[in-house]
Amino acid sequence: MNKLLPLLTLLFSFSVMAELRATGDLGIVIEREDGNALIINTTEHKRLAKIEKLGDLSHASVVFSRDQRYAYVFGRDGGLTKIDMLKDSIDKHIIQAGNSIGGAISQDGKLIAISNYAPGGVKVFSSDTLELVADIPSEYGEGLRSKVVGLVDAPGQRFVFSLFDAGEIWMVDLKNPKAPVIKKFPNIGKQPYDALISPDGRYYIAGLFGESGMALLDLWNLDAGVKRILPDYGKDDEKLPVYKMPHLEGWAVAGDYLFAPAIGQHKVLVIDQNTWELHDTIAVAGQPVFVMARPDGRQVWVNFAFPDNNQVQIIDVKDLSLSKTLSPGKAVLHMEFTPRGEQVWVAVRDDNQLVVYDTETLQEITRLPANKPNGIFFSSRAHKIGL
Amino acid sequence: MKKSLLLMLVIPAVFANTSMASKPSQNRQITLRNMLKHDCGACHGLTLKGGLGPALLPEALTGKPDDFLISTIINGRPGTAMPPWQPFISHDEAAWLLGILRKP
Repeated sequence: MNKLLPLLTLLFSFSVMAELRATGDLGIVIEREDGNALIINTTEHKRLAKIEKLGDLSHASVVFSRDQRYAYVFGRDGGLTKIDMLKDSIDKHIIQAGNSIGGAISQDGKLIAISNYAPGGVKVFSSDTLELVADIPSEYGEGLRSKVVGLVDAPGQRFVFSLFDAGEIWMVDLKNPKAPVIKKFPNIGKQPYDALISPDGRYYIAGLFGESGMALLDLWNLDAGVKRILPDYGKDDEKLPVYKMPHLEGWAVAGDYLFAPAIGQHKVLVIDQNTWELHDTIAVAGQPVFVMARPDGRQVWVNFAFPDNNQVQIIDVKDLSLSKTLSPGKAVLHMEFTPRGEQVWVAVRDDNQLVVYDTETLQEITRLPANKPNGIFFSSRAHKIGL
Repeated sequence: MKKSLLLMLVIPAVFANTSMASKPSQNRQITLRNMLKHDCGACHGLTLKGGLGPALLPEALTGKPDDFLISTIINGRPGTAMPPWQPFISHDEAAWLLGILRKP
């Protein structure tokens, strides 16, 4: 028995170790058709679990708790699901609206805000209990409520979002969640379709669908109001049809330049951040949907709307040239970089696959099966402003 | 002479095709259904309950004439986010898709 004891202790400690799971290198992949979420390990390229029946995830996004244990999934059907990534289970699920587009987590991690199309507005919940904390209808006229897009968190326990139908940007301060303070910026331009915030939380930029240009709000200088930038881009060019609305996610910044999708043109816009003027445009394979910078800013990866959605193009930021065109498969919907950018995961909807690339060699590393994947979200987002 | 003979054979075939408003082939139906679900669904929702674009459920379409809806699919609707699908979907295919929308 004396001899057995150390062995037993060893066995016991192994079994305990096997149950431990760190979450800093995990991620969530959305399977849009089945309404499932996959928990994946980005270091080992493994699928760890499938969380089922989250509702209509035809459009979905995910934010993470600051302890990186919980993932909050925002579904198209107004569903909000809190997934426990340690237990591979749903912690809580609510339906909070009829039709939603996205969400954000507050600076202190205690609040979850969701932008809704129907009924239009933003609802704020406790990240712990998912109880309603604040309800902010996006009213902009007699009986009118706008669809809300481009919701992001901002420093100072604030959320910023845009009203698609009203052409407004609103900022909500929730330092006292019981009494939200709303500041409205009207007349920012026609049909803001999405927005982003700079990694330092200073600049909020909404892209416009209904007219040329973008709307810029400097959160360090609110009194200056919203400034229109690039009002003339593409003014004289033929506007091509847009078969999928572009997304502005994160901040594709490299050096002094901000990279953004042009609307109705097969181009990526390169904007000088010092002057907010157009520095250059880069001709690409189609209508860009996601324009995302590798974390070190050396490359910008671009995917496209139907019918050019079988390709991904990579811009070399050093000389603003196209360095490579990849063909991961049919219907590339989303991309996500590992935290320091040595790899990128690509969701290929119609081929039912996730493709992992080495961003240095641009060679494929591996493929994992996923049924109609449409979004990839790594837990490293937990510590990034605006994600 | 050879050419005109060929034309005589081809022209009736083309006419026959359009006048019948034929059903898409089995393969094409699968492609169209996939497009409806995922590409139309990008804006109208996978379950067609609406998103950036309006709902396309049967109730939402009642009272709207076929011609108007087919034209919306084919030509898009200027001033909105609805693009013209004409390069990818024929008139007959749009009619067939509308049939599915009306009676899912």
